[in-house]
Amino acid sequence: MSTTNTSYSQSWLTRPFTERSTQIFLGVLFAAMAVVTFLHVAMPQDSALYVSSYTVTLLGKYLCYALLAVAVDLVWGYLGILSLGHGAFFALGGYAMGMYLMRQIGDRGVYGDPVLPDFMVFLNWESLPWYWHGFDMAWFAFVMVLLAPGILALVFGFLAFRSRVTGVYLSIITQALTFALMLAFFRNEMGFGGNNGLTDFKDILGFDLRTDATRLGLFLATGVALAIGYVICRAIVGSKLGRVSVACRDAEARTRFIGYRVERVQLFVFVVSAMLAGVAGSLYVPQVGIINPSEFSPLFSIEIVVWVALGGRATLYGAVIGALIVNYAKTVFTGVMPDAWLFALGALFVLVTVFLPKGIAGLLPGFRKKQQDDDPKTTGTEREATA
Amino acid sequence: MSITRSLKQLLMACLLTLPALVHAQASDEQAQSLLKQLADASYAEKGRIINDIAGSGDERARQWLEAFADGKLARVEEDTDVAPADTFVIVLENRGRDWTVADALTGDEIGEISRRNLDSIRINNALRGELDGILSVIDLKVDDPEQRLAAARGLRGSVDDAMVENLSELMAEEENNSVKAALEEAIAIYRVEELGDVDAVETLSGSLNSQARAALNAASRSDDAALAKAAKEAMVSIEQKLKMNRAAETLYFGLSLGSVLVLAAIGLAITFGVMGVINMAHGELIMLGAYTTWGMQQLLPGQPGLALILSIPAGFLVAALAGIAIERSVIQFLKGRPLETLLATFGISLILQQLVRTVISPLNRTVITPEWMSGSFMVNEGLFLTLNRLYIIGFSLVVFAGLMLIMRKTRLGLEVRAVTQNRAMARSMGIKATRVDIMTFALGSGVAGLAGVALSQITNVGPNLGQNYIIDSFMVVVFGGVGNLWGTLVAGLSLGTINQLLEPWAGAVLAKILVLVFIILFIQKRPRGLFPQKGRAAEG
Repeated sequence: MSTTNTSYSQSWLTRPFTERSTQIFLGVLFAAMAVVTFLHVAMPQDSALYVSSYTVTLLGKYLCYALLAVAVDLVWGYLGILSLGHGAFFALGGYAMGMYLMRQIGDRGVYGDPVLPDFMVFLNWESLPWYWHGFDMAWFAFVMVLLAPGILALVFGFLAFRSRVTGVYLSIITQALTFALMLAFFRNEMGFGGNNGLTDFKDILGFDLRTDATRLGLFLATGVALAIGYVICRAIVGSKLGRVSVACRDAEARTRFIGYRVERVQLFVFVVSAMLAGVAGSLYVPQVGIINPSEFSPLFSIEIVVWVALGGRATLYGAVIGALIVNYAKTVFTGVMPDAWLFALGALFVLVTVFLPKGIAGLLPGFRKKQQDDDPKTTGTEREATA
Repeated sequence: MSITRSLKQLLMACLLTLPALVHAQASDEQAQSLLKQLADASYAEKGRIINDIAGSGDERARQWLEAFADGKLARVEEDTDVAPADTFVIVLENRGRDWTVADALTGDEIGEISRRNLDSIRINNALRGELDGILSVIDLKVDDPEQRLAAARGLRGSVDDAMVENLSELMAEEENNSVKAALEEAIAIYRVEELGDVDAVETLSGSLNSQARAALNAASRSDDAALAKAAKEAMVSIEQKLKMNRAAETLYFGLSLGSVLVLAAIGLAITFGVMGVINMAHGELIMLGAYTTWGMQQLLPGQPGLALILSIPAGFLVAALAGIAIERSVIQFLKGRPLETLLATFGISLILQQLVRTVISPLNRTVITPEWMSGSFMVNEGLFLTLNRLYIIGFSLVVFAGLMLIMRKTRLGLEVRAVTQNRAMARSMGIKATRVDIMTFALGSGVAGLAGVALSQITNVGPNLGQNYIIDSFMVVVFGGVGNLWGTLVAGLSLGTINQLLEPWAGAVLAKILVLVFIILFIQKRPRGLFPQKGRAAEG
């Protein structure tokens, strides 16, 4: 399994496709998408195999979470940065998309105002705030989906990495960042709908959001986005840049000493990861039909981390597995016995960290060998223990 | 009875007419006759008679007049078991058919009388208004200067033509300076309001009383140019004093909020700084301390003060034991992996929260504040410091000093510092590092419990209590410099104060955001906090 020793003469973008793990991952993903599409479209509604449009949307939501988990795994698994702020990037992408969807409602809102969204009419706002301008254009909104989280990550990362805030400190500061944003977005004065957030969306790019076809389309788009995001991450971690970031993770001081500009590597990977999280958020919003400040809650951000921990750090596919398992469990638990969910989640945090440090991916065959030169534990632990 | 007091009463009696009753102490006979007059008189005459009663110098007069004002002064109509007809009584309990009464003359409770046998002495609103002033005047004659002061303060804004002369005389006689000042102010308010007296404005300048300000405010709009000018000037000086007061109040609130932060964070500073353990369940340990206080009060109903005092050791123990359980069951397996510890303890915090929701209730519980902790301490008339916050400031300083002593003067402290600096070396010197870990974690957790006991007095006790403080606590620790108790103290107090300073113009939420942004920027300059660890220990 010499995937990581693949010759560097290949183009950085094509190399992932020659990796066995990527091939398997993409194969499974696209096969699953095809099966779901087939069962949804071709099966009669009363068949046991029929996949309802509710399920399609639910699966789409899971895929959004999976993309988010991949983004977190990129920074945590390969860069050693435990970001407790990815919920914020996810939500910012979501809000950018939400603003576009809000403007698409037009005069079909409750108050029928052609320009102002309902909550602004309700709050007696005179005109659209400047930062809402442009969101009536799809291309602008889609660019903002990348730029809003990207710029926040750039500014924050620049400040943090320049002054060498790493490890636990960085985790705490990212958590504070998310918390601050949550407080801010809860304010009605911010112009993002306050407590209620943005909701009551009608259509996207001219397609009605409530039709089955649009829902299926969004699900497929999310799957494609996950595939692209996965390949990008794979390309990064397989490139020289990825090797340097792993070096930063395991021995930051030594990497810096050798002459690498550690903070630039960290900043680049962090920003890419934030943008991927933003994309995940933007696809999440039209499928669930709402975005509100609760996505900024520290609990959500830290929950993402446990998906990755459960699936297995520094594998990328592990993050996807973790996200799917935890979120499926959450759907089941909160439906059957809502009170038990926090117990289960809490126990998951404890059990995974204590008994399953390598996650589910660590249980898969072929993992051990690969880990020999890609293990966050052996090298990382030594460093931390001697510190 | 002192001579001055007798003289004062003598004087009062003269002032309040009816020279026939010039005695230091009216006899029961006279009292009976006065009460009889009051009962039989028309409303118009009653005004004069209550003045007579007040002027009688009888020590029971206040009691009678108060009862009269409440409609609880009554006459027994016909002979009963407990009292003959025409006895005057004060109704103590007027529910049901039989009312409990006390003899108006002796003051002793005599038993129950059917309400049909009681004839309440009637009162109307005009009389009630008059009584208020008269009662204050009576209070001005008591021995206790505190009571006189309260009476004098109460008079401000309610002085009228009938009282002013008496009050001036009383003021001249008064020996206590604060009572005198209060009386002077009361009279000055009357003079400014009713007479437009420019000289009286001088007296009110600098007064923080709302009535005085209202009077000056009205006067500043007066047609009399001189009066308006003087009043405006006086208002400016008042404004200045108020500004100082507001600054002092902000500082006080800031310090009290800061000391809460210090309490919440200092246990974290120990476990985080000393052991390198990120305990995300710290907030829930605080919550356990708060619930211990609530539980204590359930065990000792009716004795909130005792329960609170017992909660201090109990809260410490409960949280410390929980801490030991967490350390033994989870943290010891994650040594040297701070990020994993963060995740695992976060899981524990979720479990503890849900446990409280399931076992106790998802709703907030009320913890009673004992009497000696409620109320406030008056610095001046515009500045009151609430006692519970004062106690919390004191409590957190005591806890801080205690921890400082433990870390500096005890063997445990010495061992803790040794293990922090070089674990391997400390072990080779014979220190049981594992035992030190347990003790450190227990200490840090116990202090969290203490924080919970304190917090239960100022905030709701509910499952989310810990969540509200955990991020702030981390900010304090990061800002102050990890592992430095002084840093935690300074950081906590300054963050609390900054927050309070920002709040008036930014609002509570924005102030909090600005503080968080401030810390993020501060870390740029000093990534290791205000007081970074120096030397080899800092290399981690």
